[in-house]
Amino acid sequence: MLKTEILEVISSSKPWGWVLEPDAKRILSLAGITVPTFTWAQTLEEALQFAEENEYPVVAKVVSPKVIHKTEVKGVVLGIDNKIALAETFHRLSSFDGARGILVEKPIQGIEMIIGAKIDFQFGPVILMGMGGTGVEIYKDTSLRMAPITPEDALSMLKGLKAHRLFEGYRGAEPINQEALVRMLMAFSRLIMALDESVSSIDLNPVFCSAESCVVGDARIMLPS
Amino acid sequence: MNFKHLFEPESMAVIGVSLHNNRHPANIVYRKNRLRYPVKVFAVNPKGGTIHGEPVYERPGDIPEKVDLAVIAVRADLVPDTLAQCISAGVGGAVIISGGFAEVGQTELQDQLVEMAREADFPFIGPNCLGLFSPGHVDTFFLPPERTVPPVPGNVALVSQSGGVLVDQMINFSKEGVGLSVGVSIGNKALVDEVALLKYLSADPNTDAIAFYLEGFKKNGGRAFVEAACHCQKPIVVLKSGKSPEGGRAVSSHTASLAGDYAVFSQVMAQFGVIEARTQFELVSFCESLSCYRDTINGKIGVITGSGGHGALTVDFCATHGLKVPLLSKELQSELKSRLSPSVQPIAGTSNPVDLTGSAVDDDFVAAADCLSQSPEVDCLVLLVLPYSPGTTSDLGARLSEVYHRVGKPMVAYVPSLQRYRMLIEGFELNHIPVSPAIEGAVLMASAMRRRSC
Repeated sequence: MLKTEILEVISSSKPWGWVLEPDAKRILSLAGITVPTFTWAQTLEEALQFAEENEYPVVAKVVSPKVIHKTEVKGVVLGIDNKIALAETFHRLSSFDGARGILVEKPIQGIEMIIGAKIDFQFGPVILMGMGGTGVEIYKDTSLRMAPITPEDALSMLKGLKAHRLFEGYRGAEPINQEALVRMLMAFSRLIMALDESVSSIDLNPVFCSAESCVVGDARIMLPS
Repeated sequence: MNFKHLFEPESMAVIGVSLHNNRHPANIVYRKNRLRYPVKVFAVNPKGGTIHGEPVYERPGDIPEKVDLAVIAVRADLVPDTLAQCISAGVGGAVIISGGFAEVGQTELQDQLVEMAREADFPFIGPNCLGLFSPGHVDTFFLPPERTVPPVPGNVALVSQSGGVLVDQMINFSKEGVGLSVGVSIGNKALVDEVALLKYLSADPNTDAIAFYLEGFKKNGGRAFVEAACHCQKPIVVLKSGKSPEGGRAVSSHTASLAGDYAVFSQVMAQFGVIEARTQFELVSFCESLSCYRDTINGKIGVITGSGGHGALTVDFCATHGLKVPLLSKELQSELKSRLSPSVQPIAGTSNPVDLTGSAVDDDFVAAADCLSQSPEVDCLVLLVLPYSPGTTSDLGARLSEVYHRVGKPMVAYVPSLQRYRMLIEGFELNHIPVSPAIEGAVLMASAMRRRSC
C-alpha cells in the first residue's frame, strides 16, 4: 500500500505531468530509498540556514515545473562553499521561468549509476539499472528485469553490466557497497509495483554508489499523459 | 476451458464447404481429414446437398452425432451466427479460419465472438488462422497435403502467431527430424492466446518442449506469459519478430528510451528462464536439443573432432554462445590417449578439442566419447563427425549413441547434410541424439541445455 503522502504528491503534480525533484526525493525517502540531506528553500534565509546547519559545500538546483532538464539550462550549481555564492545562486535560480524556490542539498560522491523503471505495455513495471550520469544513452550499458525482482535478480543485474568490474574494486579502488545497492533496488522494486500505472517512468540518475552507500543524486518521475 | 475436443476430436464439422469449388479452404480441410485422419468428418453448408457422395448438413445442429470440433470457414460477417449455432448444438470447440476481423480493423465483430464464447465456456482458436495440426488426430490447415511436409510425431509443441511461419518451421522440423506433438496457428488469438496454450501444453503428456513464434503481446500479456512460463517445468523457446526499435520518438525519460520493447522482451524472457531463439535456425536447433534432453548443464563442453579446423571453429562458437571448452587434466588426457589406436595415439590432440585426426577409426571416437562421458571435467559433448574421413563407417552414429545411453552424458553431433550420410545421421537421431547440419547448430544445441530455471 502506498502512503497517502505519496499519492497526494503525485496527484498534485498532475498539472505539469512530472514530479518536481524535491517532491520526488520525498517520495523516495518515504519508500526507504536513500536521498541526500536536502531542503526545498522558498526563501534565501531557508537556504542559508540549511547550509549553516549542514555545513558548506552544498549543491543548489532550480525547482520549476517548466524546467525538466536542469543541467542543460545551467540550473544545477555544484560546490557552493560560502554564503555569498549561495545567495547569488539563489537569486539566479529563483529567476527561472516558473521557479518555486530552490533545492539545496549535501553533495555526494561515488560511481554514477542509473536506476529506472517504466510501465511497459506488455510486461507492466520493469526495472532498469546501469551506468548512469549524463552519458547514460551513450554507454547503453544496462540490465532490465520485470518487477518485482528478487535480491538474486538485483545481483544478476549488476553482474550483467559490461562495467561490473568497476563496482568490484577496479584498479585499487574500493568496491561499492553492493548490499546498499541491492537494498535500494529492492525498495525501488516495491515502490514501482505499488505505483504501477499511476506513473509512466522513473529515472534515478545519477545514483552515487561508493564503498559506504548508494544515494540518489537526481530523480525524475514522469506521470502518464 | 477444455481443449481436449480441439486437439483430439473424435468428430468434426467443416462449416463452409463449397459445393462447386474443391479448392475452397473448407473443402481441403474436409478432404484431408476424411482421407488421412481417424476423426469422423461432416460437411456443413446452409445450402445442403452432397459432396463426394456424402450428405452436406445445413446446420451443425443437423449432424446426427455429437461434434467435438467445428472448423469455421465462412465469410466474416456470417461467423457470429455460425458460432452461435455451434454453441447451441453442443459442439466442443472451434477453429475459426475466416479472416476479416481485428486484422482489418473489425474489432467489434471479433469482440462479439469472444463474448459469446466466454459466456458459453466454448474454446475457439483464431480467427484468421490455420488452426491445429495434431498428428494422428486432426489437421485443420487448409493446405493441400502434397504441398507441405509434415514432421514426424514427437514431443515438441509449436505455437505461432503466423500460419506461414508455422508451416515453415514444420518443414524445418521435418528436415531435421524433430518430432512435433502439436502445431497451433493462433492467428488473431482473440480468445485462446499464447498464455492459454502454454498452460495447456505444460500439462500435456505428449509435449516435452514448447516453442513459440511471437509478434507481440496484448497489454500485460507478456507478464502473464512469463508468469505462466515460471510454473511450467518444460523448456520454452521463443522466436520474436519486430525487434527493431520504434525510431525517432522523443522520450524525456532515459529509462523509457533505453528500455525499448525488444530490450525488455529479451531480458525478461531470460529472467524467467525462457530461451530466446534469434533466428529460425536457432529455434530448430534449440527444439531438437530440448526434445532429447531435459536436464540442464553448466556448459563445460568436451569437443571431439576428426578435423582440427572443425574443432577450432567449434571453440569459437562456444565462446560466442557463452560455453566453456575447458583444458582437460593431464590424467584425463593420458587416459584418453592410452585408449586410442596405436596409429592415432602419437598424432591426436587430447587437450580439448580432442582432435582424433583424419586417421581415426570408429573405435577411437567411441573410446574418446566414453572417456569424456565418464569424466566430471565436461558436462556435454559436441561430436564433429566427418563421414568422408576414410577410417570411419556409417555405424558411428549408432555406436556413439550407445555411449550416451550407457553413461548418460548428453551429446550433440555435427554431420554434414548429404543424402549419402543418412544412415550415419539416423544412427544418432533414431537413438535420440540430436544432429545438426552446421557446426554452429551443434553448439546451439549444447547451449540450449544451459537454460536456467525460473
